[in-house]
Amino acid sequence: MGGYGKEMVINDVTFQTGIGDFLGIIGPNGSGKSTLLKLMSKVLPIISGSVSLGKDDIVKLSLKEFCRKAAFVSQDTLINFSFSVEEIVMMGRIPHLKRLEQATGKDFKKVAEALEMTDTSGLRDKLIDELSSGERQRVIIAKALAQEPTLLFLDEPTSHLDIGHQIQVLDLLKKLNRQNQLTIVMVIHDLNLASEYCSRILLLDQGKIFKQGTPQEVLTYQNIESVYKTVVLVKNNPINSKPYVVLVSGEK
Amino acid sequence: MNKTFKYKLLILIGLLLAAFYYGLVNGSSKLTLSQLLLTENSHIFSLRLSRVIMSAISGMGLAVSGLALQAILRNPLAEPYLLGTSSGAGLGSVLAVVLGVSSIYLPLASFIGALLTIILVYNLARQSNKVGVQSLILSGVIASIAISGVIVFLISVSGNEALHGALWWLWGSMQIYDLWLLTVVSAVVILGIFAIYILAQDLNAISIGEEEAMHLGINTEKLKKTIFFITSLITAALVCACGIIGFVGLVIPHMMRFVVGPNHKVLIPTACLAAATFMIISDTLSRTLFSPIEVPIGVITAVIGAPLFIILLKRRTRVS
Repeated sequence: MGGYGKEMVINDVTFQTGIGDFLGIIGPNGSGKSTLLKLMSKVLPIISGSVSLGKDDIVKLSLKEFCRKAAFVSQDTLINFSFSVEEIVMMGRIPHLKRLEQATGKDFKKVAEALEMTDTSGLRDKLIDELSSGERQRVIIAKALAQEPTLLFLDEPTSHLDIGHQIQVLDLLKKLNRQNQLTIVMVIHDLNLASEYCSRILLLDQGKIFKQGTPQEVLTYQNIESVYKTVVLVKNNPINSKPYVVLVSGEK
Repeated sequence: MNKTFKYKLLILIGLLLAAFYYGLVNGSSKLTLSQLLLTENSHIFSLRLSRVIMSAISGMGLAVSGLALQAILRNPLAEPYLLGTSSGAGLGSVLAVVLGVSSIYLPLASFIGALLTIILVYNLARQSNKVGVQSLILSGVIASIAISGVIVFLISVSGNEALHGALWWLWGSMQIYDLWLLTVVSAVVILGIFAIYILAQDLNAISIGEEEAMHLGINTEKLKKTIFFITSLITAALVCACGIIGFVGLVIPHMMRFVVGPNHKVLIPTACLAAATFMIISDTLSRTLFSPIEVPIGVITAVIGAPLFIILLKRRTRVS
């Protein structure tokens, strides 16, 4: 249970994620998706209940220890200072570096790997405020990857991106999930992208879990209409055999 | 550390040494370095040396406080006096004068005034144990305005004496007669700068976002409080010794970000060098331009600083 100030946004949520899962958290505005993510990543304090990473209760882990295992990609970080791409990704090494410690060859190697994985090696000397939003999002993901996480949280990573960049970023995440066994927990508002990419989905409604399971189990017109209070049609996507949600307008 | 940075660093060190020389040699009477070292000129030498040192120290302290505040407040307009130190110090010294306290205690009075104001601003902005960045800025601005009103009121009802006593801090002066004060203030500033340098990594992280910094394992509340405390200490110490000097804490950080980038590990040392040079030159100009009349240093820094700031504003992109 947790929330902002005195208001409890998340009231009753219990679930488990396995290693290598690609979990999508969906739900209407105000259902508590971002709040849940923040509770899971030590950003917000947990009022009651507990969150465990592996065997460890996250409350018992120091923030730095936690960040060596779990990384977080926020929605759209607007950066006011002209750091170079390499400097930004190097910040991902902070959980592994003591304050006065200089970056070593190992750190540079991890940064280079992260840039390689996100296809941003060519941008390394460019300044962060010169990049397009798609490029910037990939750089932020590279920074998260430089932390060497086993778990990656993402809060609506594609909401500010055009369709080309959306696919680019999500394909990258799918590749990392499959090849590197990276567990991913992602809040996403686009139901069809969730269906396409996530192995499991959590549908939230007013701070509680309405339904959890595979896309086929969760994305039914009954569940969606019940939570989102809008009429939809759920068809079968001919390309991937997964549910495809069609929005139905109320106007004639 | 790449080649271009080493090159820039050498240039800055060279400029600082040149400024030192310039500051020692020039004054109401121009003396060569060898002349200065003669015992008959020891009085002038020690006077000028203390001014040059005070200028360097105050420049470094203000610049580093400015850049640290800009990082944690993520606001390019942040500067050392934003959180109320200057007006608090002013109130302290004006009250002391009005109450007829001996002038030896003026620095102490302004230091206390500054610290009390900082505590007030901090508590106004605090919500349970967290300090919001917006609230901090707002509280600082409101406190400064309110206190300035009180100062003007006190000056207007007390007449000449209070006015004269208040003027020294309004525009700044590098003249320090009390060597003990100079030593204490220098120690506070240098220790403060080192402490901020140790936190360079944290400052880098928080400058890209408070939540971003938390995701990198940084305790942002503790960081904000620490930086707030150190910069307040540095600024209060400098205000009580030298008065208020504008622009240094605002312009030098921006200039240096333009030259070496926003990475605090290189920004802090280069800002120190540049600020020290800037202040020594400003102070020397202040006492040589209309010699024997001394133009308050705050006027010089404003006159040089304002156009520099406008140039910076026009050229927003960094040279990489």
